[in-house]
Amino acid sequence: MFYQEAGQFSTRYAQDRRVFRLRQDRYGLVALLLLAFVGVPYLGNDYWFSAILIPFLVLSLAGLGLNLLTGYAGQLSLGSAAFMAVGAFATYNVELRVPGSPLLLSMALGGGVAALVAVLFGLPSLRIKGFYLLVSTLAAQFFVTWALTRLSWFSNNSASGVISAPRLEILGVDLNSPVGRYLLTLGVVVALFWLGKNLVRSELGRNWMAVRDMDTAAAVMGIALLKTKLLAFAISGFFLGVAGALWAFTYLGTVEPHGFDLNRSFQILFIIIIGGLGSILGNFLGAAFIVLFPVLLSNLVALLPAGLIDAGQIENLQKMAFGALIIVFLVKEPEGLARLWQKFRERARLWPLRY
Amino acid sequence: MEFFLEVLIGGLLAGVMYALVAIGFVLIYKASGVFNFAQGAMVLFSALTFVSLLERGVPFWLAFVISLAAMVLLALAVERVVLRPLVNRSPITLFMATLGLSYVIEGGAQALWGAQVHGLELGISDEPLELGGMLLSQFDIFAAVTAALLVLALSLLFNKTRIGLSLRAVADDPLAALAMGIRLQRVWVLVWAVAGFVGLVAGLLWGARLGVQFSLSLVVLKALPVLIIGGFTSISGAIVGGLIVGASEKLAEVYLGPVIGGGIENWFPYVLALLFLLVRPAGLFGDRAIERV
Repeated sequence: MFYQEAGQFSTRYAQDRRVFRLRQDRYGLVALLLLAFVGVPYLGNDYWFSAILIPFLVLSLAGLGLNLLTGYAGQLSLGSAAFMAVGAFATYNVELRVPGSPLLLSMALGGGVAALVAVLFGLPSLRIKGFYLLVSTLAAQFFVTWALTRLSWFSNNSASGVISAPRLEILGVDLNSPVGRYLLTLGVVVALFWLGKNLVRSELGRNWMAVRDMDTAAAVMGIALLKTKLLAFAISGFFLGVAGALWAFTYLGTVEPHGFDLNRSFQILFIIIIGGLGSILGNFLGAAFIVLFPVLLSNLVALLPAGLIDAGQIENLQKMAFGALIIVFLVKEPEGLARLWQKFRERARLWPLRY
Repeated sequence: MEFFLEVLIGGLLAGVMYALVAIGFVLIYKASGVFNFAQGAMVLFSALTFVSLLERGVPFWLAFVISLAAMVLLALAVERVVLRPLVNRSPITLFMATLGLSYVIEGGAQALWGAQVHGLELGISDEPLELGGMLLSQFDIFAAVTAALLVLALSLLFNKTRIGLSLRAVADDPLAALAMGIRLQRVWVLVWAVAGFVGLVAGLLWGARLGVQFSLSLVVLKALPVLIIGGFTSISGAIVGGLIVGASEKLAEVYLGPVIGGGIENWFPYVLALLFLLVRPAGLFGDRAIERV
């Protein structure tokens, strides 16, 4: 950014290992968090909370879940939505069958169940890899949707498997208003991103990257493939499960298994491709893009003279634009928006000098 | 027993339809190492073009030729815009690019021709035919014969022509083929065009069965387990895989379905493919990968 590291010396190893080594970055983060937790609730309106901010936060979290698995551990997955569905339905069932269980605990348990399911479908990754692994994650995708629709126990015998959000309440504070749901989502997302960022800097994160870059070499160097890969599936499943619970309860309120279909999985994959594979910040950028782009496009079309593009075509246009963008990003900037942001920062650091 | 046989043969014939889609994948995978997720979108696009032309009064053969020309143009564009800039990138990247491509083609096909369902009449009645005491769909038999002819034509192309020779050379070793003066890019265009042709045939057969509509592009999801079982690199594998998936799916639906609740054909092939993979990680006929550090 428009500041440099000049004059800021590390005098301890702990200082050197910080995530944000520069004072300005730390102040910036605090300012951003203050803005998100205090400023936005005062400034925003219900439309922004319910239609933009909450889905943006939840999709960022889902992106992080998939990014840990695909971007860091290198295991391609098309079953993200299935793990989200498991998380949502498990949370619902914990709330339903254990009366008085605190909301956050139910979500954590829901995430835990999603982690178990993810490990189950991740088991074949020990023997097969690459495209062949897609089959396992697609099997998860179709099987979970089928099971949640067919076995009515999961949705408490409701018709067509629809579940509704329980009362959202933490320590007696009612969180059912749009602002409350926004704050709940924000809190969970910030906590899990803090966890995720530190995970990928840990030994486990480094093992994941070694496995991603070449798993045979990683195994030769003494990294336990079994443990590393299954942990990637488990932790990714946990993040996705919590994201699913948030999606169901704070964003939609009512959800059916088909809300978590293959298209949702693609959407999450697109978030991490556009945002940046193997980047934490990229999840936010990708999710913001995915949420804002359709809004932007329909506003743009509204600006054109009426009748030039009829409303039915917007969806097709949006689809084509997404597809084209994926290809453009893969060709021009495979590391996504996160890399563009990084490049901008490197330039801004020197600006207005050339070097 | 007779009922079992009837279900089995019905399933095998349905499997031929899956194999038809899977062959398109195998062609592209062999020649360019790309796992082409857009094959389903290509099936949709070609069938939609054909049907829309037919509805506008274009004669059958002309509609077929124009659709084929559209697929060739598509192949040219794909080589130029997707394959060439992404050369030497990881297979996963290429796969994701074809995912984007499938969105572009699906969106484009529907923007161009509309999203409503088109009926397609190929002039084959779907009355069941009685053969040796069993009722078989006449249409399925027609589809099977078409598939057989298609495979025959493909194997002639591959084994008896110069083009086929260069295709096989590229599939065997792209670098050596390049060194021998084979133009890789032209081979890619060619093979994508041939896959487009296979997609057109598959699209017409599937379209006559289901109606030409968006869900046609979802046959790609049916073809994936077929590929896994047969292996990505073998046309005969695709056919055998298709037959296995078709037959086991129908048998499972009839015999297993009532026990655990119906509608299992969505995920059953995947579980089957997974079981296959645990025994043979490269499919029945796939190449075994050798890994070096």
